[in-house]
Amino acid sequence: MKPIVQVRDLTRIFGDSCGRCLEHVDETTNICPVCGSVVACGGVSFDLYPDEVLGVVGESGSGKSTLVRLLHFDWEATGGAVYYNLQAAGSYGAVNALELSPFLKRQIRNTSLGIVYQNPQDGLRMNVTAGGNVAERLLTAGWRNVGNMRARSAMLLQRTEIPVSRMDEPPRNFSGGMQQRVQIAKALSNSPAVLLLDEVTTGLDLSVQARVLDLIRSLQRELHVSMIVVSHDLGVIRSLTSRTMVMKHGRIVEAGLTDQILEDPQHRYTQLLVSSQL
Amino acid sequence: MLGEWAAAEKPTGGYNFAYIDEGTKREIRRSILKAIAVPGYQVPFGSREMPIARGWGTGGLQITLSIIGPGDVLKVIDQGCDDSVNAVNIKKFIDRVTGVAMTTETKDATIIQTRHRIPEQPMTDRQVLVLQVPLPEPLRHVEPLEAETRRMHGEGDYGLMWLSLYENIALHGEITIGAGYPLLVNRRYIMSPSPIPRWDCPKLHMAETLCLFGSGRERRIYAVPPHTIVEPLEFEDHRFRVENFESKACSRCGSANETYLDEITDDDGHKFYTCSDTSNCERRCRQ
Repeated sequence: MKPIVQVRDLTRIFGDSCGRCLEHVDETTNICPVCGSVVACGGVSFDLYPDEVLGVVGESGSGKSTLVRLLHFDWEATGGAVYYNLQAAGSYGAVNALELSPFLKRQIRNTSLGIVYQNPQDGLRMNVTAGGNVAERLLTAGWRNVGNMRARSAMLLQRTEIPVSRMDEPPRNFSGGMQQRVQIAKALSNSPAVLLLDEVTTGLDLSVQARVLDLIRSLQRELHVSMIVVSHDLGVIRSLTSRTMVMKHGRIVEAGLTDQILEDPQHRYTQLLVSSQL
Repeated sequence: MLGEWAAAEKPTGGYNFAYIDEGTKREIRRSILKAIAVPGYQVPFGSREMPIARGWGTGGLQITLSIIGPGDVLKVIDQGCDDSVNAVNIKKFIDRVTGVAMTTETKDATIIQTRHRIPEQPMTDRQVLVLQVPLPEPLRHVEPLEAETRRMHGEGDYGLMWLSLYENIALHGEITIGAGYPLLVNRRYIMSPSPIPRWDCPKLHMAETLCLFGSGRERRIYAVPPHTIVEPLEFEDHRFRVENFESKACSRCGSANETYLDEITDDDGHKFYTCSDTSNCERRCRQ
């Protein structure tokens, strides 16, 4: 099977890089001793296959969110390559998507990617109605029928358990859990091939967490969307993903089947992570 | 060139013909040419100090003064009216610095400078329409940053604009923009047509006449060349509509739904309507 996303040596360095930062940092630090730049994401390579759920786990500051934001073109990468083998956007499997024009990047994003941020403020326009938030991607993808867009928004909001009667209210009127579910509805609006979930359940109380996880699982089963699930919570990783990468200081230190990583961690850091679970 | 100006009938009060010096005129004309070459794109230009305040038509005025010649016939209107203060002042000024012939007849004019209206009578390819623009940026109410709106225009990233129209429909049942309805020019740039009523927007589509837009305060010139596709932003199930004047009629010429009407309330509180385009109204009265 052909991977849907291929990532090769993806790197993001903050600060004036001396050009050889990657050689100077290792698993013990992500600050270059020569120039002081921070290697938020260093030489990350992996494949994501269709219908697969890939977990990314690591402590805060390990580069998990940076990775997701690079894949979503929110931030510019310093180096590396990303290949998207997508149907809807025309396949960019042979081209490094990071080198495409802003217009083509946005086209990939609008037609094939969905993202849910940890903080609903990052993913939603708080002054625009919930329905409008869901419709935004459809509008950028060229939908020009208000009735059809409202029908699709209503369907997705219903699916994510937001009362349709509240679709013309702005999300700032909603609770944190509801905002997160509006974000999920928004991320699904364009039927993405790849869904990026960045700490979706962090900050939600336990019963709401469970419902959001249930929702994501059932959506995955129904829509067969490939997902990258970023979390520092091993419980979330265990319940959602089949394969996991462990990140520390911007590097992948261990990768493999989720069960294998959680039951028989090989790397020192992973062992620490698993054993410090409450 | 100077010889031509010397042949002007009246002296221009010690100023260069048409007030602006020739070098500046050339610079403004270059911006106009660029604007015509890229329909709907806002070309920055070095807006000069004028003897009227910025925001009172200096953009339109600078365009008019840099394209006018001694043989031109000028008409100036303000909200459709030939005799309102802004129009009269601009006319007096241009008369003093050029001495060109003035008219109120749309068909006799070669240059028509206007604020917030397009004349009702169809215009020809022998005429130029110059519009005064207070706010040239159609995306300003969805994005406050100039750098960002320029990027959005450059990349054709108009999702936010469409979202604001969607929100309008979701919350109010229709698009509530009255004057200055956003238009897509040449299937590329979204443009603000200056605050003309929706009634006037279809006149820009495939027009015979060159339309130049000048914003002196914001230092932008843009254009809709003749025979350019100009489409209002609309949804398949919420079409663009012009103002409806059915069951209303002009109290002077009796025009009903043929011209754009102004609503006027008299001292006794009675409402009545008159044509906004006064010279067209008089023409209809004469007929």
